[in-house]
Amino acid sequence: MAATNIEVWQIGTVVEAEDITAKTRRLVLEQSRPMKAEPGSHIDVMVSINGEQHRRSYSIVDSSGDGRRVAISVFRAPQSRGGSHFMQALEQGDRLEITQPLQNFPLRIGAPRYVLLAGGIGITAMINMARVLRNIKADYTFVYAGRSRPAMAYLAQLEQLHGDALRVHVDDEGTALNVDELLATIEPDTELYMCGPIRLMDAVKRGWDARALNVTNLRYETFGNSGWFDPEEFVVRVPRLGVEATVPAGKSMLEALEDAGVDMMFDCRKGECGLCEVRLLGLRGSIDHRDVFYSERQQHSAAKMCCCVSRAVSLKSGARADSAASCAIVTIDV
Amino acid sequence: MTALMQSMSSTTNKVLGYPLNAWYVAAWDHEVTRKPMSRRIADRPLALYRTEDGKAVALADACWHRLAPLSMGKTLGKDQIQCPYHGIIYNSAGRCVSMPAQETINPSATVPSFPVIERYRYVWVWLGDATLADPALIPDMHQMSSDDWAGDGETILAPCNYQLVLDNLMDLTHEEFVHSSSIGQDELSESDFVVTHDDNTVTVSRWMLDIEAPPFWLKNMRDKFPGFEGRVDRWQIITFQSPSTINIDVGVAKAGTGAPEGDRSQGVNGFVMNTISPESAKTCHYFWAFMRNYRLESQLITTQLRNGVHGVFGEDEEMLAAQQNAIDANPDYEFYNLNIDAGGMWVRRLIERQLAAEGRLIPTA
Repeated sequence: MAATNIEVWQIGTVVEAEDITAKTRRLVLEQSRPMKAEPGSHIDVMVSINGEQHRRSYSIVDSSGDGRRVAISVFRAPQSRGGSHFMQALEQGDRLEITQPLQNFPLRIGAPRYVLLAGGIGITAMINMARVLRNIKADYTFVYAGRSRPAMAYLAQLEQLHGDALRVHVDDEGTALNVDELLATIEPDTELYMCGPIRLMDAVKRGWDARALNVTNLRYETFGNSGWFDPEEFVVRVPRLGVEATVPAGKSMLEALEDAGVDMMFDCRKGECGLCEVRLLGLRGSIDHRDVFYSERQQHSAAKMCCCVSRAVSLKSGARADSAASCAIVTIDV
Repeated sequence: MTALMQSMSSTTNKVLGYPLNAWYVAAWDHEVTRKPMSRRIADRPLALYRTEDGKAVALADACWHRLAPLSMGKTLGKDQIQCPYHGIIYNSAGRCVSMPAQETINPSATVPSFPVIERYRYVWVWLGDATLADPALIPDMHQMSSDDWAGDGETILAPCNYQLVLDNLMDLTHEEFVHSSSIGQDELSESDFVVTHDDNTVTVSRWMLDIEAPPFWLKNMRDKFPGFEGRVDRWQIITFQSPSTINIDVGVAKAGTGAPEGDRSQGVNGFVMNTISPESAKTCHYFWAFMRNYRLESQLITTQLRNGVHGVFGEDEEMLAAQQNAIDANPDYEFYNLNIDAGGMWVRRLIERQLAAEGRLIPTA
């Protein structure tokens, strides 16, 4: 939606802040330049991490009819890059820099049938879509998967609003989502919108391909913050430039290279466009590809990586490196 | 808000905005083909084409990548269109299905695809909130595609704000001065008229009883009643449907044969079908047709009527262009209103309410 996605920065004032699960905080922000949020839209916010400004994206859960207020929900990730700590600490009255709602995940009106799939905190991207589909009496199924009921944000409200259209899968109740069973219900003209952990989205993408379903009917959004492994500290080397930099768990490789003075090209910073790709010359450990730019074949070939979101990890098991001696080292050219 | 509306309505907008949550005609059905075409509706450039199955599609006419116009591209496969610049391919939903030189597709790569309905020989598009795009909101223009009516029409790219066309059609006293050789006559400004309205429509009715038929209507009477001579009862019943469709029930019947009471059997009846789609603030696509319910078999009459109305509306176009020029050349002068503007003023009131509901009413300075 390039034409309608002009980035306008403004001030967001926290008017409500509430913990809605043990790890999820709901924030209602009043926009200084009100704009209504379409389903699928998000805001970018400037967060402060160790005194540095960083940009993060949050889906808009709901917004007031007059566009003055937008609500987001922040999940405290176990190995956050630092943004969620900042966001979780916000209290009523705090002000921060935010964009007006941006749209990269539009809901198309007019499909004969919809499936919305949310895993964990991915629910935040689907709530607004589901409400619109219900309002226009569309044929939709809303699938919400999580680890345990108390950890699933908005569950009670969604059950009340969507009734039988909502299918809840809970790992610790033995009703974990079976992706194959879900995909078996997909008809050729069904559109599936999803947001969730990369493992879930990857399983759906593979199953979608295996069933030769129409690739354009699978819609998803990733802010590039979900990986196969927890983020850990690693080292990046650029021999041609004589650069060696440490990439801490809370920072992206792109940011670390920029900090080291490397003139990097990039655009989306969420693993979609491919502009930040770097060539791999050597590797100790393995690459946690978190982008959606490369095909599976290209990711396996381990020749390149999108340094905005993808990371190096020390072991395939995901075991954490405790000392610099065993940390992953990636050698690249840019 | 009420007070604000009252103060606003004391000034008559010279350039009125257009509601977005509405169906506008983008094209005649025959204009939209497998070869993409470009048309700007409500300041939104559209690429219009048909799928292999014949379904009309309206996409934003700008590729996601570098905004090259998709209308310069070509259609592919069942429902796809290819950007003429770097070959990016989209389907009819506006989803990218192929990107150059990469094995995946950026999930953000879409162009807006607007709701489209084909009805009454027109392709209608909805450019506002798609969740509100109810096909039942398409204005009634059933004469366009009914077996009981015959006729044809054309499009005028009018160099004026669309509201000036609505003003023109809601008050037909101008016929006396602009169209004196065809449909104009003194009785137009001498006869009384009645204005009614509801939330979505405005109707202006005017009857002229026992008058001479002007040349256009005398010809039509003679098509149905060969050799007709004598006086007629003439009617003009103008119905506006928000935001920009005006159907005019027009005709004449032999004087005193009961037409005002409902018996039109001794007369000829036409419907002037008008629907105006804003192109920009100061240009609009004016789609019109003249439909009749007699001598349906005669293609000759269809062509004569279309050509006749073409000539009449050419006179309007000249006036509308000159009026817009004069408006632009006199920015410090206001519009004033006459009693004959009652229909047009109700039209403005309904449109301004719709604009206010969309949060898009911009008060005049």
